[in-house]
Amino acid sequence: MRKVTKALMGMSSALVLSTAIPGMAKADELTLCWAAWDPANALVELSKDFTAATGTAMKFEFVPWPNFADRILNELNSGGKLCDLLIGDSQWLGGSAENGYYVKLNDFFDKEGIKMSDFAEAAVNAYSTWPKGTPNYWALPAMGDANGWFYRKDWFAKPDLQAEFKGKYGRDLGPPQTWDELKQVAEFFTGREIDGQKVYGAAIFTERASEGITMGATSALYPYGFKYETTPGKYDMDGAVNSPDSVAGLEAYKALYKCCQPPGYTDSYMGEGLDAFKSGQVAMAMNWFAFFPGLYKDEKVGGDKIGFFVNPKQKVAASTLGGQGISVVANTDNMDGALAYIKWFAQPDVQKKWWALGGYAVHNAVLNDPSFKTSQPFAADFLVAMNQVQDFWQEPSYAILLQAMQKRLHDYVVADQGTAQEALDSLVNDWKEIFEDEGKL
Amino acid sequence: MTDAPSTIAERSADVLARATPTTIAVRVRGLSDRAIAWLFITPTIALLLAINIFPLIWAVYLSFTNFRANRPNAEVEGVGLRNYRRVLNDPDIWIAMQTTAHFVFWTILLQTVIGFALAYLIDRKFRGHAFWTTVILIPMMLSPAVVGNFWRFLYQPQIGLFNYIVSFFTGIPPSSFEMLGSVTLAPWAIIIVDTWMWTPYVMLICLAGLRSIPDYIYEAAEVDRASTWRQFWSITVPMALPFIMLAVLFRGIENFKMFDMVMLLTGGGPGSTTEVASITLKREAFESWLTGRSSAFAIILFVAVFGLANIYVKALNKVKQR
Repeated sequence: MRKVTKALMGMSSALVLSTAIPGMAKADELTLCWAAWDPANALVELSKDFTAATGTAMKFEFVPWPNFADRILNELNSGGKLCDLLIGDSQWLGGSAENGYYVKLNDFFDKEGIKMSDFAEAAVNAYSTWPKGTPNYWALPAMGDANGWFYRKDWFAKPDLQAEFKGKYGRDLGPPQTWDELKQVAEFFTGREIDGQKVYGAAIFTERASEGITMGATSALYPYGFKYETTPGKYDMDGAVNSPDSVAGLEAYKALYKCCQPPGYTDSYMGEGLDAFKSGQVAMAMNWFAFFPGLYKDEKVGGDKIGFFVNPKQKVAASTLGGQGISVVANTDNMDGALAYIKWFAQPDVQKKWWALGGYAVHNAVLNDPSFKTSQPFAADFLVAMNQVQDFWQEPSYAILLQAMQKRLHDYVVADQGTAQEALDSLVNDWKEIFEDEGKL
Repeated sequence: MTDAPSTIAERSADVLARATPTTIAVRVRGLSDRAIAWLFITPTIALLLAINIFPLIWAVYLSFTNFRANRPNAEVEGVGLRNYRRVLNDPDIWIAMQTTAHFVFWTILLQTVIGFALAYLIDRKFRGHAFWTTVILIPMMLSPAVVGNFWRFLYQPQIGLFNYIVSFFTGIPPSSFEMLGSVTLAPWAIIIVDTWMWTPYVMLICLAGLRSIPDYIYEAAEVDRASTWRQFWSITVPMALPFIMLAVLFRGIENFKMFDMVMLLTGGGPGSTTEVASITLKREAFESWLTGRSSAFAIILFVAVFGLANIYVKALNKVKQR
């Protein structure tokens, strides 16, 4: 009898396994890698719809920003299989395309009828193409982003401060339109006591280790007329990177740092800037638009107390590009599933929900919707910013180019060494050496 | 007739012994001492070769190439001595070396002086000395990550306790100076933390040295009416010197490769003021991905530390032989 029972159990187990294995293969699990921040939580929420529609379980690997590049680039370089899908920085496109880390998506887009013309042109150029601006697509624009500003609307609205400011500068105290005005407003608030606390003008990026001070300083450099090359694609940096306009931009950034940054913010980036604002230390702060939905919801400083403005212009209107595209990792074992996610994500309805949840969709169906500008208090500024973004080098050697700029800028702005002209001249020399090694000069 | 095994363990051992084929038992019994020694040492040697020697040889090879770890598919070309030339001609690397030397000198000096003084005091065996020994050892037991973050808060100009204490004694407003953000103060901020954390380590080694001095030497000195000062300079210091030198060697090697503390406190900044050699190496290797060039830099550092340590160990041996 026992033998019969055992035999029956064995047969039933075999039957269950034989049906379960194909079932498991069908119910693929996809791992999506990104940075750990507010929009990532929104993506988790959004992706539940994908799971519901396809039965594919979604797993997420979110890495804190300071370690994001190190962790993920190590993963790609070592041929790891952690990520099926990756929302990576725009600067990684060149290297990832040339090293074969990302799947080229042109054929897939053609087959599935996904048109890049459905997305904002600036976003496609920045987040999808390599070489930049060519119709070679390595990612689908996923998260539009730019560096913007927010301010204490309630402080700006104080009648006594309004009157004092108008008396001093002859205009209303409001969001600054130029970098000159930005400095005036920042100086006006610095050292003032508001709500029983000494406050400062502006929290800006000064971080040295990853990309912080470059992203911050370029927000001043671009509007002053900084260019990477005189002739795009020629690497003729002399007279562009270290032009008088660029020098003026860098000096403006340092002046803002010197006059109006809170004490101790010598190595600050996204997190520190948010802390400075949320703790009521600063009147204004720069940061990525990605954080704006969370700030607006903040009970202490959000709602009516917060206002937003696009990066001030000077000679030209410009903003520093953030944001990322979503790519399929070439090393994935789950290519079909990963591509299915891209196809699903590209749908206009999904993009609309993505925006509603706090992600920054750059699909034209979202951006061109008549109600878009009023859908959030920062939506109109986001549109402006995305139309004037400029990006750092997207070269395969972007990391070393970035490190050189981090060093030169931090040495000048924070450590007070040399002049702006010397810093930018040295930067040109650093970059020339890098491009010479690359055989591009 | 033998006694029957009484415990389960003994019975199991018997079963195992009976199960072992006679041929193997004979072969093992027939091994010479040298063969058995090799048998034990071989796995360790293999492991050492795999995780120490091979990477070293590989790094030497890479140092003569243009290899970049983030471009595994690119063709690797030999570049001769170019990487070494570039490293040795790079002013930034020499500045990093100077910064490292500055840290090593001051941390060793402060830790040795304070560590020895503490050991001397603790060795007096006053009431509660065991308790104070434990208290002094606490910083050393903490993780560098905890210490780095902890001191970052202490140095914060607006809420940090350190600035308030300085302000209390000097009258300088707390938020008027930045320990981590100032070019002149940041190196000292790191030296203070490293000294706070590792002085107990030096103290422990010095204490071992002091405790190893036989009491009868002091008793003989007392009989000869030698003053305390004379006993200190003629007995205590010379006899504890090998231990002090050992502590200096350990701390010197450790501080030469100081990384975690600097990274957590300043990240090498402001600018490149506190960028020690290990941070420069990390940036070259894992941020700029210049693997060949960073290998050359690592080899240069290795040779420098190895050479200096060798000279120092010879001096230490001479002191011990006196």
